[in-house]
Amino acid sequence: MSERETIITVNHLVKKFSSFIANNDLNFEVYKGEIFGFLGANGAGKTTAIKILCGLSKPTSGEATIAGFDVYTQKDDIKNSIGYMSQKFSLYEDLTVTENIRFFAGIYGMTRKDIKIKTQQLLAKLELEDSAKKLIKDLPLGWRQKLAFSIAIVHSPKIVFLDEPTGGVDPITRRQFWNQIYEAAAEGVTVFVTTHYMDEAEYCDRVSIMVDGRIAALDTPQKLKETFEADSMNEVFIKLARNATYNE
Amino acid sequence: MKHFRGFVIKEFYHIFRDKRTLAILFVMPIVQMLLFGYVVTNEIKDAKIGILDHSQDVVTRKITDKLASSGYFIITKVLTNETEIEDCFRTGSVKEVVVFEPDFAVKLEREKKASIHLIADASDANTANLIVNYTSAIVNDYVTKENKTVTTPMQIGIESRMLYNEELKGVYMFVPGTMALILVLISALLTSVSIVREKELGTMEILLASPLRPLQIIIGKVMPYAVLSFVNVITILLLSNSIFGLPIQGSVALLLLESMLFIILSLSLGIFISTSTNSQQTAMMISMMGLMLPAIILSGFIYPVENMPMILQWVCHINPSTYFIIIVKNIMLKGLGFMSVWKETLVLCGMVVFFITMSVRKFKIRLE
Repeated sequence: MSERETIITVNHLVKKFSSFIANNDLNFEVYKGEIFGFLGANGAGKTTAIKILCGLSKPTSGEATIAGFDVYTQKDDIKNSIGYMSQKFSLYEDLTVTENIRFFAGIYGMTRKDIKIKTQQLLAKLELEDSAKKLIKDLPLGWRQKLAFSIAIVHSPKIVFLDEPTGGVDPITRRQFWNQIYEAAAEGVTVFVTTHYMDEAEYCDRVSIMVDGRIAALDTPQKLKETFEADSMNEVFIKLARNATYNE
Repeated sequence: MKHFRGFVIKEFYHIFRDKRTLAILFVMPIVQMLLFGYVVTNEIKDAKIGILDHSQDVVTRKITDKLASSGYFIITKVLTNETEIEDCFRTGSVKEVVVFEPDFAVKLEREKKASIHLIADASDANTANLIVNYTSAIVNDYVTKENKTVTTPMQIGIESRMLYNEELKGVYMFVPGTMALILVLISALLTSVSIVREKELGTMEILLASPLRPLQIIIGKVMPYAVLSFVNVITILLLSNSIFGLPIQGSVALLLLESMLFIILSLSLGIFISTSTNSQQTAMMISMMGLMLPAIILSGFIYPVENMPMILQWVCHINPSTYFIIIVKNIMLKGLGFMSVWKETLVLCGMVVFFITMSVRKFKIRLE
């Protein structure tokens, strides 16, 4: 793995909110084209970290580069190289499928011609041609989620950040969604995904687990299970989380 | 610039696909114009009046004292000739001027007849009407009492004239208020709700994570509402002209410019509200309670500011609508120029700067 190209580098990253330390000395690297799982309980500091990596928030100290760009000084370049999808897989409900695609492609500065081509490709791939003129609110949840992901990578970003992308979705749709993620990764997009479904952690190439603002473990799911002598990622997580409570 | 255009187009989709927004935008102004056409009554207390006494005799002094001690009036100006009347009204220092004809007491003694001329500032039609009625009642009361002691009854004729609004149309008064109300409603309420909606939906995060700059996002969001608010200003002016026959006395360009300033102020208020809350409902409540109600009640729109308790008067003075209403009245009804409204304009400009600075600061804190 070590010969692989790194695309995200984080060194001694700290984020404080007055006296509360949300991210305490984070250190990790993400390789190009991998699916990187970013796990942690609610309030462990995942969202804070993802916001810094997306250029939405400034770190208190430490370094981080995304696709070679610095989070302090090159926010605009970062924003142009990433895609972002939030846990609400937000699309505009009162806009049609095509209008949503066109809008989000537009704010990433794609030309009208490119947008047109991309829209056709997307609709064909998602088999949504018949629903192109339907409003989002008339689409089933699973379709919306797929579309939201496709839109997050419509401008062919180097990295896509997915913040709990499968919340509130049934297992089958979740499985289909992960197929989409694999496809994107196969095309060379780096996927940075947070989740609290432990079964999903097994799908990732490497997983980091955050506890109380620190990265408590980082490795492939297989190695983590070996290290913690656990049968599943769920067990790994529980063991780590239990430590957290003892430490408090 | 290209992404920006797409953004504004998207915003128009939102507006034109939401029936509630459409109703607020296009039906509400017309309904309100028609509703407020039947204006609410109000009472007077300590109304400022001026006296122009050409006679200076015992009787005129008695009547003047009676007016002053009635509790309804305060005599703030004693005039010496007719030319000063107009000035008094223009500066807004009095609401009514009472004119006694020369040789008042002498005529009353010899001919048993004399006349009083009442001139009122009817740009505020209701108040003007009330003031004239109260003055007449006090004069008549005097006459009745005096007549008890004499054999031949005397008469004092009262003539009244409504300045700026000769026909005493209520509409003259409520048009400025309705304009303020509608602009606050559309610019502040709708924008704050539409920005907060993006936060609720989570699309705001996506926008912030995109190459769009925060400033572009905000301007893109408020631009359509600015345009539509301006359309509404024109609609209101056309309506008041065509249905209620109200002409614009002063400069139309100045009126539109001042309206634009007030729109910008309302938009910055809307942005400020949206930075303070994350729920559409809260944004709506704040806009309604904090902006709309004051625009109706605490702005001099319906109830004269002078009659309010001190604390409420202070509230009126921090209420942007109060200033806008004064500006519109002066330009539209009195036909005055920029020099008469520069102070109010300055206050509005100051408020714009204040709210935009506050919003930017709040926004930055959120990002850090």
